[in-house]
Amino acid sequence: MSPSISIKAVNITKRYGDKTALDDISFEVNRGELFGFIGPDGAGKTSLFRLITSLLIPDGGTLTVDGLDTVKDYTKLRKILGYMPGRFSLYQDLTVEENLRFFAGIFKTTLEANYDLVKDIYSHIEPFKTRKAGKLSGGMKQKLALSCALIHKPEILVLDEPTTGVDAVSRIEFWEMLNKLRQSGITIIVSTPYMDEASRCDRVALIQGGKIMSIDTPEAIRNNFGRDLWALKADDIYRLLVDLRRFESTWTAFPFGEHIHLSLSDKSIKPAEIALYLEALGHSNVHISKIEPSIEDCFMEMMSVGSGTGEE
Amino acid sequence: MKIIEVENLVKKFGNFVANDHLTFSVDEGEIYGFLGANGAGKTTAMKILCGLSAPTSGKVLVAGYDVYTQTEMIKKRIGYMSQRFSLFEDLSVWENFQFFGGIYGLPAAKIRERTTELLGRLGLESEKNQILGSLPLGWKQKLAFSVAIIHQPSIVFLDEPTGGVDPITRRQFWEIIYETANQGITVFVTTHYMDEAEYCRRVSIMADGKIVALDTPANLKAKYQAANIEEVFLKIARG
Repeated sequence: MSPSISIKAVNITKRYGDKTALDDISFEVNRGELFGFIGPDGAGKTSLFRLITSLLIPDGGTLTVDGLDTVKDYTKLRKILGYMPGRFSLYQDLTVEENLRFFAGIFKTTLEANYDLVKDIYSHIEPFKTRKAGKLSGGMKQKLALSCALIHKPEILVLDEPTTGVDAVSRIEFWEMLNKLRQSGITIIVSTPYMDEASRCDRVALIQGGKIMSIDTPEAIRNNFGRDLWALKADDIYRLLVDLRRFESTWTAFPFGEHIHLSLSDKSIKPAEIALYLEALGHSNVHISKIEPSIEDCFMEMMSVGSGTGEE
Repeated sequence: MKIIEVENLVKKFGNFVANDHLTFSVDEGEIYGFLGANGAGKTTAMKILCGLSAPTSGKVLVAGYDVYTQTEMIKKRIGYMSQRFSLFEDLSVWENFQFFGGIYGLPAAKIRERTTELLGRLGLESEKNQILGSLPLGWKQKLAFSVAIIHQPSIVFLDEPTGGVDPITRRQFWEIIYETANQGITVFVTTHYMDEAEYCRRVSIMADGKIVALDTPANLKAKYQAANIEEVFLKIARG
């Protein structure tokens, strides 16, 4: 095993009855990497994280973390893992400080010994250390859960959807904390349904229906989009969407905030031709500009190719 | 016509002011985005609008009914859907529609008619005997929305309806929302996806129990000199 590889998954399959949650997936996460698994609910993210943390056993394939097999070596493995599950799972009736001391104690260390490690995060909630965990706001619970996952100085931090249901401001703060943590050299894997968070990671795996559609740096995924992409605007945005879907050369047309993102099946089409088509249909104030695809554009493109939603 | 009228709504829990003199109205048939950071007071206000909690003071009318005295009438005229409160996983699609239609007191013939119509619109007629739990999440969300409007309410409350669904399904869901609003059902929606705020006719943004901004997305972006609603939201929430 290469010393630079932290997590290595080879042909991992996980089934529940006749449902396949993870379908023969393979990937490697490097040491010190901030690695994101991006995909919607039901994609298999939580199953994968439970396999990595030795809480589930795969039906096929092998999975090692820092050279430790997740099935055979689970007792050693659990000592080097910090895990923040998707559902808040701290003790609601213990205080903030009691929770932190409890988790430190389980791993035979103390809050004082590793205070430096959690200081940046814990300092936000330290003024409330005598408050019961159940009484904290969503953003504060998240900070406490992260502190508890870090307190035993793990080699690898596993964060299952830490930002789901969290508002836009708290999401940005959370990623700023992860960015700081990464500088300490810890390996971090994180899952999220929010496509815009991909750009915060060193590399990402786009995951859907138990399969990995793509693994790469966010930049490389965007560069591999493979089609020209246009952002369009007009006075009646809903009718614009309907009419663009009827346009002969349309591959996909999706709403994106105040714009429609349009990709074409025919590279030779000029924006002026699209504008002519729309103006003939009575659209007013039509704006067309070429844009760089976002990760969300790429994700939908891969889904469309996979399922035949595109019209080619 | 106004479908929701709120004037100086105050809701206190002990000394804590969760809603601090909210004043706003929602027009019939509009898509209204109700935004705010966690803990800003959105859920408290939504509960009051749905007739589940009484205000401390202020005037609140929903579909013309008073939230202090006519909560039962309000509950008949509204629909509600959230990611958490969903359908029964171990009933079939058809049975779920029957059950919720019955809860709203619709006659059997009307339930059949609406179920057929709504499943037809989703293209899911052939799935009507499937057990709900066996269906993909995106379908469940669309079905939950259809069930929430089975009784043709005046207004439907959607509490983070697209949380966690894939990006294509998320967009299909918004197309269904548009169709629904076009049929005259008012849509009141919360979301953490700021691009979805752009799909609303008007949005309000709450912070610390107050509505600090309320306008069309275009006007808000102009006022806060922001490229998109996410920037507006960040400017407001970070003060």
